[in-house]
Amino acid sequence: MLDSKIPAGKLEDKWTDYKGHCKLVNPANKRKLEIIVVGTGLAGASAAASLGELGYRVKAFCFQDSPRRAHSIAAQGGINAAKNYQNDGDSVFRLFYDTIKGGDYRSREANVHRLAEVSVNIIDQCVAQGVPFAREYGGLLNNRSFGGTQVKRTFYAAGQTGQQLLIGAYQALERQVALGSVQMFSRHEMLDVVMIDGKARGIIARDLISGKVERHFGHAVLLCTGGYGNVFYLSTNAMGSNVTAAWKAHKRGAYFGNPCFTQIHPTCIPVTGDHQSKLTLMSESLRNDGRIWVPKKQNDPRKANDIPEDERDYYLERRYPAFGNLVPRDVASRAAKERCDAGYGVGTTKQAVYLDFRYNLINKYGRAEASKHGIENPDQETLVRLGKEVVKEEYGNLFDMYEKITGENPYEVPMRIYPAVHYTMGGLWVDYELMTNIPGLYALGEANFSDHGANRLGASALMQGLADGYFVIPYTIGNYLADEIATKPIPITHEAFEKAEAGVTERINKLMNIKGSQSVESFHKRLGKIMWEKCGMARNAKGLTEAIGEIQQLKKEFWSDVRIPGGIEEMNTELDKAGRVADFMELGELMCKDALERNESCGGHFREESQTEEGEALRNDDQYMYVAAWESKGDSNWQLHKEELKYDMIKPTQRNYK
Amino acid sequence: MEHYSMNLTLKVWKQKNATAEGNFETYQVKDISSEMSFLEMFDVLNEQLIHEGKDPIAFDHDCREGICGMCSMYINGRPHGPWHGTTTCQLHMRAFKDGDTIVVEPWRANAFPVVKDLVVDRSAFDRVIQSGGYISVNTGVSVDGNTIPIERENADKAFAAAACIGCGACVAACKNSSAMLFVSAKVSHLALLPQGDVERKNRVLNMVAQADKEGFGSCTFTEACEAVCPKEISITNISRLNSEYLKAGLSADKAH
Repeated sequence: MLDSKIPAGKLEDKWTDYKGHCKLVNPANKRKLEIIVVGTGLAGASAAASLGELGYRVKAFCFQDSPRRAHSIAAQGGINAAKNYQNDGDSVFRLFYDTIKGGDYRSREANVHRLAEVSVNIIDQCVAQGVPFAREYGGLLNNRSFGGTQVKRTFYAAGQTGQQLLIGAYQALERQVALGSVQMFSRHEMLDVVMIDGKARGIIARDLISGKVERHFGHAVLLCTGGYGNVFYLSTNAMGSNVTAAWKAHKRGAYFGNPCFTQIHPTCIPVTGDHQSKLTLMSESLRNDGRIWVPKKQNDPRKANDIPEDERDYYLERRYPAFGNLVPRDVASRAAKERCDAGYGVGTTKQAVYLDFRYNLINKYGRAEASKHGIENPDQETLVRLGKEVVKEEYGNLFDMYEKITGENPYEVPMRIYPAVHYTMGGLWVDYELMTNIPGLYALGEANFSDHGANRLGASALMQGLADGYFVIPYTIGNYLADEIATKPIPITHEAFEKAEAGVTERINKLMNIKGSQSVESFHKRLGKIMWEKCGMARNAKGLTEAIGEIQQLKKEFWSDVRIPGGIEEMNTELDKAGRVADFMELGELMCKDALERNESCGGHFREESQTEEGEALRNDDQYMYVAAWESKGDSNWQLHKEELKYDMIKPTQRNYK
Repeated sequence: MEHYSMNLTLKVWKQKNATAEGNFETYQVKDISSEMSFLEMFDVLNEQLIHEGKDPIAFDHDCREGICGMCSMYINGRPHGPWHGTTTCQLHMRAFKDGDTIVVEPWRANAFPVVKDLVVDRSAFDRVIQSGGYISVNTGVSVDGNTIPIERENADKAFAAAACIGCGACVAACKNSSAMLFVSAKVSHLALLPQGDVERKNRVLNMVAQADKEGFGSCTFTEACEAVCPKEISITNISRLNSEYLKAGLSADKAH
């Protein structure tokens, strides 16, 4: 059994007690300690900035041309915090409870409670940095609702919350760069972790412009490198989002936790054709005001606006009256798939459902505005006009984006949406201190597995990324580094650096020398198709077994027939991509293996063999109440370690959103 | 919406590296669907080039949802192409018709040197932010978020300015290669909020000085930047910057 190092004591006191007793590093010693931060999204930028402020010497790396472009920037809807500004009964306990339940009882109580506790500090911190959150006319912060909760605790900045939070963290980071405490390496990709005497002591990175391979020492290494949704090829992730840094750590001995836990987000713009390179999310916040429906008649050929009210099936409201359109993502996604599979899908591909704003646009916003303006008995046209203005304020950028992509005006016709891969709850296994099983190697944000169990609630990813970076790691890393103050910086001429660099160079040469006939992209597409069909929204033993064989075959083909043009010591985006796709193939195999091993349904992991009569996910707590932490044992070979999940505060039950 | 397919001629800037001389190369692409995004059309072209044994075209892109600010193509003489308020990645091929010739260049500005083909180095923007584009507050010392109410109008204006994605289209469009829209968006975002008030004088002076140092030109208010900004950042921000700059400069106790 794995030791997650959860502090003793009452759940609500653990974090306070930990902070009161963890080891400290004095300011003079902090200046002697070097920390490497890989990735500059919410977790990485906030960690690098905060550690720089504390006086550590930080080196931060990102593959983009600027740290401001990390994919956290694309998060739309909001960030949760247990502020209870709305006086609607929210509390740290409720946020904790909702998150544990939303995750279908597969996350750690102690971590999630800590997350709920620090959530309130995040909002304060961001406001102080100048993050322009939405405000009410009285000047106070505004909130909206997100799925899986019955309170309004989500703070937001129109549909650009991730952007605004990341810019806040980025500016804090750049301030430290100016002060000399953080050194920034943009357009760099981490390609290995350097291990000395069993501890992480640095990284090998490639300069993506010159192609040169570099060595960097650190007393500790933080991986804040995001999730691996791009293993599916089509996802809402950025094109460059990849698993490579986490995977290299895994190959060096770090356990990979719950790799099969993938979030399929219910509201994305549907796939239109083979040319598509990525999918675009339409924020969950739209489910505040958008109602999801399909025609009651199968294969209905009519246009959406020609279908009368009583011939529409608002299936989420029908199936889940208590939560309605705001059920958690996994539930909403499966319900959409069920309707489409049963022949009720809409649009040309029939793989879509409607997300319709007309009702709330008219009845909620139109009427409120009319009343505000003193218009009695407003006609339909006036209501639509008034309602549109409010909807535009709340979601304008999302509506514009939808129109640019589809050519349809969502103010006039309902959006067509379908589930798509969005987030990965799985990731590197970490203990309470966010340290992997390798001493000195940490994983923060989406890159770790820890807080969301088998399904993440909306507006919780931003919360976790910033919690880890601003408020957790500055404490926990001290507990490790306090014992490292006597460790002098290890010269990068050390044998371990030399060997790690040689390994990286050898792999690059190997890739370049294949000189085959198929493009990297074509392999990635094929991998994605296998993953989506057999390890996607619904999984079964037969499909998963087949997928493992198919991926192994694909991997062989890749390593004998991939074609990478260009050279090594130059900017070569095909080479960058090839390394990432090679890692995705290995990860894909592990995901299928993990999904096969977990013969229960929980959260986003739906095994067809394990469902209730009504088609809901059926957990098997007796056998699977654990975190699956996989240890790499060489090519296509893993050993399973288990971390038992104990629930002291909450009693796991069948999730019920009815 | 009717979908259609088109054949196109592309004239694309190719440049091996920062020091090499560049030139336009001409390519033909066939059966491009009007549903594709502009970058997906480039994906098709690059796949074609790889199959022909040629080097693909290097271009910056990442989120492909118009928010990361990475994509940066100068299309038919306009940053991000013909659509208003749109990044290159959100431009779709229904903006073009069968038989069109499309010319694609990198951003052109001394402060944004070409790295390869259509990729440029925009690190100057990071250094401008380093010179003062932040509020000096360390993690953990903040008061409750609702302690200071902020007038809704100012909060909205600050948000509108903060929507800048740092893509550099404003610089690329400007005949002076001025970064003033970018700088003014950050100055406005922070000056409009009470939290940013304390440092407003140093901020504006330092950021403008840094922009000059990076080699960005002066602003002559042609408004070309606003016309091409994918986030529709208003040039009223530049007016605000000018007023902030003047006030800061006139303040006797500020020596720079």
